[in-house]
Amino acid sequence: MSISRRGLIAASAAAAGMGPTLMRVEDALAQGIAPRRGGTLTTILQPEPPVLQIGVNNQGPTLIAAGKIFQGLVKFSPTLEPLPELAESWTISPDALTYTFKLRNNVKFHDGTPMTADDVIFSIMKFHMEVAPRARAIFQRIDKAEAPDAHTVVLTLKAPFEPFLLMFDVTACAIVPKHLFDGQDYRTAPAVQRPIGTGPFRFAEWQRGNFIRLERFADYWKPGQPYLDAIIYRIVPDSQSRRLALETGQVLMTAAGDIEPFDTPALRARPNLEVLTTGWEYFSPLSWIETNHRVAPLGDVRVRQAISRAIDRNFIAQRLWFNIGKPATNPVASTTKFHDPSARIAGFDPRAAMQLLDAAGLRPNAQGVRATIKHLVLPYGEVWTRLAEYLRQSLRQVGIQLELESTDAGSWARRIGAWEYETSINFVYQFGDPTLGVERTYVSSNIQRVTFTNTGGYSNPRVDQLFAAARDGQTAEQRRAAFSEVQKILVEEVPQIWLMEMAFPTIHDKRVQNAVRLGTGVHASYDDVFLTS
Amino acid sequence: MDPSKLPGFLAKRLVKAAIVVLAIVVCNFFLIHAAPGDPASVIAGQSGAADERFLQQLRTQFGLDQPLYVQLWIYVKGVLTLDLGFSHRQQMPVATLILDRLPATLLLTGAAFAFAITLGITLGTLAAQRVGSWADSVITVLALTFYATPLFWVGLMLVLFFSVWLEWLPSFGMMSVGANLTGIAAVLDVAKHLLLPALTLGLFYMAVYARLTRATMLEVADQDFVKTARAKGVPEGQVVRRHVLRNALLPVITFAGIQAGQLVGGSILVETVFAWPGIGRLAFEALLARDYPVLMGVFFATSVMVVLFNLLTDLLYAVVDPRVEVA
Repeated sequence: MSISRRGLIAASAAAAGMGPTLMRVEDALAQGIAPRRGGTLTTILQPEPPVLQIGVNNQGPTLIAAGKIFQGLVKFSPTLEPLPELAESWTISPDALTYTFKLRNNVKFHDGTPMTADDVIFSIMKFHMEVAPRARAIFQRIDKAEAPDAHTVVLTLKAPFEPFLLMFDVTACAIVPKHLFDGQDYRTAPAVQRPIGTGPFRFAEWQRGNFIRLERFADYWKPGQPYLDAIIYRIVPDSQSRRLALETGQVLMTAAGDIEPFDTPALRARPNLEVLTTGWEYFSPLSWIETNHRVAPLGDVRVRQAISRAIDRNFIAQRLWFNIGKPATNPVASTTKFHDPSARIAGFDPRAAMQLLDAAGLRPNAQGVRATIKHLVLPYGEVWTRLAEYLRQSLRQVGIQLELESTDAGSWARRIGAWEYETSINFVYQFGDPTLGVERTYVSSNIQRVTFTNTGGYSNPRVDQLFAAARDGQTAEQRRAAFSEVQKILVEEVPQIWLMEMAFPTIHDKRVQNAVRLGTGVHASYDDVFLTS
Repeated sequence: MDPSKLPGFLAKRLVKAAIVVLAIVVCNFFLIHAAPGDPASVIAGQSGAADERFLQQLRTQFGLDQPLYVQLWIYVKGVLTLDLGFSHRQQMPVATLILDRLPATLLLTGAAFAFAITLGITLGTLAAQRVGSWADSVITVLALTFYATPLFWVGLMLVLFFSVWLEWLPSFGMMSVGANLTGIAAVLDVAKHLLLPALTLGLFYMAVYARLTRATMLEVADQDFVKTARAKGVPEGQVVRRHVLRNALLPVITFAGIQAGQLVGGSILVETVFAWPGIGRLAFEALLARDYPVLMGVFFATSVMVVLFNLLTDLLYAVVDPRVEVA
């Protein structure tokens, strides 16, 4: 199905009367429980975000909390179908160049100003273009942005770009009020400290290091919603304290990296708690052993294959992550579009790994060591340290000695960005489409001294060509062919050694309803979340 | 103490203190900038996407594109006018960030300090009075245990016992958020949240004070003027209070001075375990985020406090023991 047709279907569904009232009924029916107004959802946010303005800051916690304050034009289902949000419908022209968004006409910002096409065009063409590197890379493809009337936005692309709609989720392009930013430095405008959006909750109070309180926005465009009176994000820096907070009922929900994977089995066993691992489909983080191809012997494809075959991904998924997430099979997560299930990396086989190392000329010395490689431990929590220890142990089995180096987040980001590492662990969001979230790690044009580019230095002209073809392909079929071929090449050349299709547990008290409904999970607006008594 | 000497003494010490603080500011500046990574690379690392332009924009905004000596000069100039700078990461003046956290920190460390010093001295005195008895043994063993146990473990055990098993006290935070409590109810709410962290933080120091008091009291108790006091028939309570304890207090005051200096710095460990919104965590998180101005601001505030409390301790010596002269 081409994206234009998909867009039309969603659009017509919206036009056919899936209006606010009906949606609410549908939500309730899905659960079999009538939504209840009132109550406060207390949850956790960690680490504490520096500011809550999406665009100016795009860290995970910022997106989760500010996703309640701001909204995008569309939102995405778990299968990444676009659903109407601030745009009640949209059409895509047959040549795939023109996107026409019809905006809802009863949307207000939290300061009472109506949201119009001007705000949308400002957000896309000025605000995010200026402050957000990811949006900038995509929105540069827009030739012109026009507003034929106050509630219609027409974007014309320079060339067709099939994954374009994926960029209009709130986490990628939150609609901000033009009148509070225009003419100012967007990063230092007063609105950054007191964010004003169109979302169901508005910013109320932030005691740094303690909590952030969002309160119900009475003029929200869905009548009767949101159901909750307030959402309180507590800042709890210690992972064991977070677990205790959930167990003692002091918070009703945790999300993202709040709870360490090894604590989840105990929480699953508690009858009042529900553990979900869905709601990460839009992001589909994929983790890998980041290898620097400039460092011998990692430039040798046989050595990378050997490392890949020396690792038991099932062990990692089951024993380190307790089945939150699953083993990676290729560079595109299975929840991302254009994942090709037939392209699979070779399985766990230490004997084959040793043969590959022999073939690469790495013979064991008297201590049985073929090569010594440094490994920068990812400083994002206890589970990554355990992973590094597992890798050291399993690579030692095939004669590779992994020397672990500890670091903190600041040094890690700088050293990866400066190519000053041999191996490390990395994981990046895929944003639903390989062009948006996979390509950047493998194309030679993106070899940069910046984190999350092609820092490993992998370069293959055919891979460059295929990613370019997939990027520019007009139809999904054309793109699929290129993506399938590139996945087949990459699983042979293992430029990065993929480990896990990651997910994060959302754990909530069973009284919390609708915590995860979309492909963006806890980043959703939460206008449909309610508490049963 | 000769009161006429006091102003001269104070002036001399304050000048010295200013020089020390300034030296600390400069040292901190270079130490902090020597750590690998900068705020821009941290933000890029946390955002999951970045490009050259993004990093450049951040560095320009944060003033990191200036040569180091210019940055130092700007900072020192600021400190001299009591302007601690601006956290570009959090879009807030550093002084505001620190002052926001100060009450929470002072409440926690102050409570722990008061608890440690009262109970420590009392227990130490009791143990010294009944040296060799079972009470002495119990106190000594307790003091040694708390002295040797890591803080975070004590904290976790207290939480396990009082929050999880007994469900008497909250396990984290400083107040019940969103409960809109006022008056007595609000005070009680904070007190309930304060109890466990203050206990965790205070137990270690209590142990130190108890041991110190006991040891020095035993030392003093053998001296001639105590025997004389007893011989002339001074009641035992008075001997302990006025002759022994007062003379034994000097080392305790020295140590209390050191602890008091750390009051403002807070405790990273206890604040982290109990999610207490204090300055220790602010500094630690600023370190991880390479938020230079915040980190330097916290260091500045703490060094000023340490210097001030040292001065205060010296003055207190003279009050407790008139033989000590200020000079």
